[in-house]
Amino acid sequence: MSDEDKVVGGEKLPAESQVVERGRPPAHPYKRGMFGANDSGDTSGYGGLVRRITNPALLPGSTRGPYGGGFDDLADSLATGLERIGVPLPDAVEKVVVDRGEMTLFVRRDRLVEVVRLLRDDPTLRFELCLGVSGVHYPQEGGRELHAVYHLLSITHNRRIRLEVAVPDADPHLPSVVEVYPTNNWHERETYDFFGIIFDGHPALTRIEMPDDWPGHPQRKDYPLGGIPVEYKGASVPPPDERRAYS
Amino acid sequence: MATEDPTMTFAPEDPYADVRETTEGPVYTVTGQDWDSVVSAADGQERVVVNMGPQHPSTHGVLRLILELDGETVTEARCGIGYLHTGIEKNMEYRNWTQGVTFCTRMDYLAPFFNEVAYCLGVERLLGIEDEVPERADVIRVMLMELNRISSHLVAIATGGLELGALTVMTIGFREREMVLDLFELITGLRMNHGFVRPGGVAQDLPPGTDLKVRDFLRWMRDHLGEYEAFCNENPIFRGRTVGIGYLDLTGCMALGVTGPVLRSTGLPWDLRKAQPYCGYENYEFEVPTRDTCDAYGRFRIRVDEMRQSCDIVEQCLDRLRPGPVMVADKKIAWPAQLTLGGDGLGNSLDHIRHIMGESMESLIHHFKLVTEGFRVPAGQVYAAVESPRGELGAHLVSDGGTRPWRAHFRDPSFTHLQAVAAMAEGGLIADVIAAVASLDPVMGGVDR
Repeated sequence: MSDEDKVVGGEKLPAESQVVERGRPPAHPYKRGMFGANDSGDTSGYGGLVRRITNPALLPGSTRGPYGGGFDDLADSLATGLERIGVPLPDAVEKVVVDRGEMTLFVRRDRLVEVVRLLRDDPTLRFELCLGVSGVHYPQEGGRELHAVYHLLSITHNRRIRLEVAVPDADPHLPSVVEVYPTNNWHERETYDFFGIIFDGHPALTRIEMPDDWPGHPQRKDYPLGGIPVEYKGASVPPPDERRAYS
Repeated sequence: MATEDPTMTFAPEDPYADVRETTEGPVYTVTGQDWDSVVSAADGQERVVVNMGPQHPSTHGVLRLILELDGETVTEARCGIGYLHTGIEKNMEYRNWTQGVTFCTRMDYLAPFFNEVAYCLGVERLLGIEDEVPERADVIRVMLMELNRISSHLVAIATGGLELGALTVMTIGFREREMVLDLFELITGLRMNHGFVRPGGVAQDLPPGTDLKVRDFLRWMRDHLGEYEAFCNENPIFRGRTVGIGYLDLTGCMALGVTGPVLRSTGLPWDLRKAQPYCGYENYEFEVPTRDTCDAYGRFRIRVDEMRQSCDIVEQCLDRLRPGPVMVADKKIAWPAQLTLGGDGLGNSLDHIRHIMGESMESLIHHFKLVTEGFRVPAGQVYAAVESPRGELGAHLVSDGGTRPWRAHFRDPSFTHLQAVAAMAEGGLIADVIAAVASLDPVMGGVDR
């Protein structure tokens, strides 16, 4: 295999060595092969296929306005509100992604509490209800492995918004928003329990689903699912995480 | 032994009923027939902490309530959860998108169709096929969800009544619920954990005779709904146990993220079926019942009213049912086979077997690939929410472009609502904790997932 980058269809693709093989998390934004059977002879001809994965949550760059669907008003209100409290918009919001009719604001972690407070209190925004936080682990994203995703709902204006905060695995700290949204108390404990994201300022950040002395954070991608092979009439079925994957 | 140690008042031969000295003070395990010794030991203690659960029958499963008592007054209430954590979200990352339904239906086991629909709406939005789901599939989904709302509210009222001593409410509640489960069995083959709603539609069309059976049930249900009201509405004992109990106002609901009947008991008519309709709810005529009492009594009344509204919606569903497909036309997503009942049990239809085994090798390949590999879902993330019997049930799904979810997270209302127990129970009597928790109607399968 050559270390040189290949050019397919006019697009520069990464060298083979950068493309992650089966069994490990797929590399963004490229994937190789088609059938997941990289461990046996490829007779299909698709083994050399390189596909570009476009996950708007991961790719650099953001959706450009106008966003449509009422999101422009929201973005304007947010910019005005942030200006009023002396925070320029790019200082707080890394990028905006509008995809499938949903708006995601990527917020820098040091501005998170100011942003959610503004989203809750500003009469033109008024997101009264927080639907909790959940984590997503992207081990292939260097320096931004752990994402905390907040869903907010405005009953006044009947609309939703999503906030996403990315933190590095080496420094998984994030300010807690419990003082703004008390409902996030348990949700942050759950995200800590499953992903190891530490919410600074949380009143009692302890495990909630797993036992207190449990080692590791089970929802992370490097945490194995576990399981034992099942034997049936002499044949053995491997546990789910060791079966052939087609992703 | 002649000693002043009060611990020796316990029978020493029972290793589980013994008293243990801890840093927090002595710990007693109550096992029955030892009331006198427990009372004498607790006598003079200013502060008693009682562990209610996780095996207490009135905690709706394996909820553990840690109550700090001053006499009979609760000074602090905390919940301990996690006893039913089964790793459903983690498991879903190792199965294809269709198989995910099999897992998530088991979360909130009293409202399986809502889990399935929330998940499938999310997958459909990721796929961009929301508008291609056939109307008949939507109508079937709405009908099943509303029947499910009835059965779930029946359990909430039945178990809640049982905990307050209203045994008849329990027996009639389970009588009616059994009829709903019979309908589910007729339509999906299973009473619970159906796995019937699939991304793109539903697994199968309704069996013949469904219309008649559902209408029979509706007639029965409408006749008997009044019994619950007659038993409870003006019952002085029931009112005494629920009026003003488990108080949580609108501010509290907003701060604690509480939705569903508990939010509507504060007077706010917030219902996702009206506010952000899905599955064609905008085409149905129904009302959103509210009360402004903010208490357990108001929540009971709302649940009964909602069951009546659900009956109306189910009837409109039956009227709206038109012949047609129940799955999207896209052959890359829709399962190629329909199930039929043969002499040897349920299986793929013989026509389909004949087609793939004898006529078309491409069809065989297609069937094999779809079933073993699954379909790919374009990368991205969505949040799809439905109004479950308990409140907003949301599915946050992330795809990396593969055949399996990169992450599936469910925002279950029961999980969020249990945080409100402290706000509802502190300062009240210990007996009212039961009524307050029952009015939240938590289901631990959904809490712990």
